[in-house]
Amino acid sequence: MDASSVVAPPPSERNPGRSLHRFANPGRFLRLSGAALPWLAAGGAAFLAVGLVWGLFFAPADWQQGDAVRIMYVHVPAAWLASAGYLGLALCSALSLVWRHPLADLAAVEIGPVGAGFTALCLATGSIWGKPMWGAWWVWDARLTSVLVLFFLYLGHIALVRAFDDPVRGHRAGAILALIGVVNLPIIKFSVDWWNTLHQPDTISFTGAPTMYIGMLWPLLFTAIGYALVFAAIVVARTRAAVMERRIRALLMARADEART
Amino acid sequence: MTHLPYIVAAYALGVLVPAAFAWSAFVRMRGARRRLAAVDTRRRAAVDPRLRAR
Repeated sequence: MDASSVVAPPPSERNPGRSLHRFANPGRFLRLSGAALPWLAAGGAAFLAVGLVWGLFFAPADWQQGDAVRIMYVHVPAAWLASAGYLGLALCSALSLVWRHPLADLAAVEIGPVGAGFTALCLATGSIWGKPMWGAWWVWDARLTSVLVLFFLYLGHIALVRAFDDPVRGHRAGAILALIGVVNLPIIKFSVDWWNTLHQPDTISFTGAPTMYIGMLWPLLFTAIGYALVFAAIVVARTRAAVMERRIRALLMARADEART
Repeated sequence: MTHLPYIVAAYALGVLVPAAFAWSAFVRMRGARRRLAAVDTRRRAAVDPRLRAR
């Protein structure tokens, strides 16, 4: 059975106008996301498989780092998505606080654990790369420390939204924390410029040409697109589940109220 | 290939972490869809004439 039809809105709500709230309708979200989800998942898996195989077996080794440079094909996309995921979390929080977008709260709650997972992946793979290259699993370098702070911000958000009996208060508190935490994103980005860090400066930027060899850049692009699509697919799937679970709770509450009266 | 154990560990994490998230999201979504289909009488009434008659 198609889940979107189960929570389709009543006819009176089917023409809510051309506004942002058009997309806040849970029935419409389930229909759109149901159509997009297989493409996101399949595209992500395909890009990721090609990128990882390319990076592992066909991309050249680095003249200084040797084959350890191949860890970059996992580590760098995970780092980008850790920051991008938090930006998405903050955007959902702003939508929730300013426009009371009904789906924004659910999306923010679902982005949190996925973002934390990718941040942990970034920290773990960075640590695995650091041991043979720097001789240490961890150094209190500005880039590493600011990413660790990002991980704690994710954990704080996950804990805070679940810390209240009233979910609305939890969502509001989480949204405020998420917006305050945005200040950490430019610190992560520019930490390698502002401080003399052990972590190397950016090799890819929005403004200049990449300083990386093209034979390494392509597999990195593939894994970055693959991980981004997989991240999006996971968040969409979790948000779909959250929408349906909220609908189940509402139906059961209504049924309990009916039985009481 | 140099540093092989480190590379294998990083790639294993790079596959297992997203796969675990994807699997848990799929299982949760499937469970929610089943529970919702069981709870939502509006949909059931639309397909079951006995419920519609009540």
